[in-house]
Amino acid sequence: MWGYIFKRLVQGIITVWFIATATFFAMHSVPGDPLLNDRAVTPQMRANLEAKYGLDKPVLTQYFVYLGNLSRGDFGISFTQENRQVNDIIRQHFPVSAILGVLAVVFAAAGGVLFGALTALYRNRLPDYIIMFLVILGISVPSFVLAALSQLALVNLNSLFATNILPVAGWGTIRHMLVPALVLGLGTMAYLTRLMRSSMLEIINSDYVRTARAKGVPPARIFARHQLRNAILPVVTVLGPAIAAITTGGFVVELVFAIPGLGRYFVEAVQQLDYTVIMGTTVFYGAFLVFMVIVVDVIYGFIDPKVRLE
Amino acid sequence: MIELTRNDFDPIKSKAETQGELRPSLSYWQDAWRRLKANKRALVSLYLVIFLLLFAIVGPWVWRVDPALQDLDQVGQAPGVDRRAVIIDEYAPWDGESAISGFSGLRLSAAATTQAVRLNWDVLEGANGHRVYRNLFPVGPELAFGIPIAEFFDNETLFFEDRLDVQPGTYFYSIVALDLQSKITSTYESITVSVTRVTTLAEAIENKLVPEGAFLQSGDEILLALHPLGTDYLGRDMLARLMAGAQVSLFIGIGAPFLFVLFGVTFGSIAGYIGGRADQIMMRFADFVVALPFLLFMILFKISFGIGPGESGVFPMLVALVILMWPATARLVRGQILQIREQGYIAASQLLGARPGYLILRHMLPNTMGVVLVTLTFAIPSAIFTEAFLSFIGMGVVPPTPSWGSMSNEGIKYMLISPHELIFPALLISITVLAFNLLGDGLRDALDSRMRNFE
Repeated sequence: MWGYIFKRLVQGIITVWFIATATFFAMHSVPGDPLLNDRAVTPQMRANLEAKYGLDKPVLTQYFVYLGNLSRGDFGISFTQENRQVNDIIRQHFPVSAILGVLAVVFAAAGGVLFGALTALYRNRLPDYIIMFLVILGISVPSFVLAALSQLALVNLNSLFATNILPVAGWGTIRHMLVPALVLGLGTMAYLTRLMRSSMLEIINSDYVRTARAKGVPPARIFARHQLRNAILPVVTVLGPAIAAITTGGFVVELVFAIPGLGRYFVEAVQQLDYTVIMGTTVFYGAFLVFMVIVVDVIYGFIDPKVRLE
Repeated sequence: MIELTRNDFDPIKSKAETQGELRPSLSYWQDAWRRLKANKRALVSLYLVIFLLLFAIVGPWVWRVDPALQDLDQVGQAPGVDRRAVIIDEYAPWDGESAISGFSGLRLSAAATTQAVRLNWDVLEGANGHRVYRNLFPVGPELAFGIPIAEFFDNETLFFEDRLDVQPGTYFYSIVALDLQSKITSTYESITVSVTRVTTLAEAIENKLVPEGAFLQSGDEILLALHPLGTDYLGRDMLARLMAGAQVSLFIGIGAPFLFVLFGVTFGSIAGYIGGRADQIMMRFADFVVALPFLLFMILFKISFGIGPGESGVFPMLVALVILMWPATARLVRGQILQIREQGYIAASQLLGARPGYLILRHMLPNTMGVVLVTLTFAIPSAIFTEAFLSFIGMGVVPPTPSWGSMSNEGIKYMLISPHELIFPALLISITVLAFNLLGDGLRDALDSRMRNFE
């Protein structure tokens, strides 16, 4: 197991290097001069930045300077905001995105497993039809429409009860987080529900469930031990990519709900062509995702003994 | 009870009698088509997809309205509203003379039209000037006057002409007395004004609503241009824009998956066929591309291509999608090729002297086509979503090129006043995504028993 983890970590580091390289060269081919911004850059600033990033040197030198900075965990200084380090930006805004993402993943996974199991148990009966209809909605309605509609619903709800229990926008308390996280997780939840449903249906008809029933195991125990535990495995496998989709898919939800997360910050940085912020956020996100996938795979190794043997 | 005669026990002479075909033989694709036709949901989705394609391709030929043309008489109109307009004279400046007299207080000087709303009033009690407000709702007890549209700091001017984007409907105009410090007081007067839609003859002829040289008098009614699905916030025809948007969205949504599936099939089949070390290296490279955070890199590639003035941004998005989305297909095809490579018929073909290119194209790829087609169908909704998503955050196609995503983005700002601007594009995105998803499910069930959804 430790060997497996070590191997995955080494692979992960190489992957992060690849992401960093792709980011560097993609950003390098952006037309224009990073220092020719609307904001006046004093000659002194220009000289400092050129010295720090080797901007007056050949591309390859710049690349190695960049890699060197990265390996020290230094993402650099924002080009458009004075005295703001990219590390600070990430430190301030990433936790917001992360909390939102974690909540969304929890919603998606819990909802997906629960609803998927329910639809399989009540197959071709009313709960199945209702949930599958909602699943189809979740799969086919874009998240920005859901976000806008849920905001509208919140406004009406709040004015109806003359309270502000679930704020329409902003960030701060858990009450701000619930609805955006739900909207963010809904697409994934729908996907996981479908997955869980088909894997559950496969297991309901399997031999060992029939045997357990024949032995006289109580239905609740069959459900929990024999069906749910086995049916959950495919869901765990796709959880890594799902986390990736949710964390980077946060842009829209952050934009619509005015949440000060990293995704929104990234979009702003792109609009202002803030090179260091764009590069720093991309590499950071990439590294985070690679790490998350490894964590999920390792957890999967603990759950499913078959993986460990390979 | 079957009657048996002696003849039944005679040996059969020809082979045709023993091996007669019970049913006509079906090829793989015929069989798949038969199974797809039996699947109601998939069939309906297929019709929907065909309808959407016709909507994008044939639609603009049937509904020949320029999607960029602004109809300023009808801005933000919901579908199916009254489109009658009254012909009136050309606009003439107004000096505040009141034509309708006999009233006191805030009053209309002439019938309120979309050309102008002309107000007269008397000095309010204790007023040292007046401010004119316009609102869509009655003032009410909380004194919500609406938006201030004019301000006079003396009692000399007692008239105002409102020509600021007046739309047909009901408005509530108020004048509020100002005190010596030019602050508003609680003394006000309010009237309800219903505005009728008007147009001049010259405008009507210019907009081709009536033929040139038509004999129309002031007061005659004409019909404004037809907009079956209403207009957007700039007065552009929604149906024409949805069709133009369908072209962009479906071009990206179908074109990009087609290209990256093609690339993925080539890459995957070569890797799978060569095998060994080259395969390892090629697939490791695919793994790296998979690890790139998808949406961030979509945006990154898009800006690194750069969009010049007058470009729509469709091409960069297409390329970025292809660069980022091919590895999944490549992996899948490689896996299939690895399996097929071990089959007996491949060895037989090799023995007969088939070259690698022939082997791949003739024997291997046709056997992966089912899986590839399913992947393609599922890739389309995700590409359409990606386009909509990026256009929504303003990183997609560049205005004024319409796409369903950018139309939703614009519509969401006017969601409360004219919901149709959001509903139509969002509905089309949803229908398209749903249709391709269900079609993909049907194709998977019909084409590949191993991938079949357990149902």
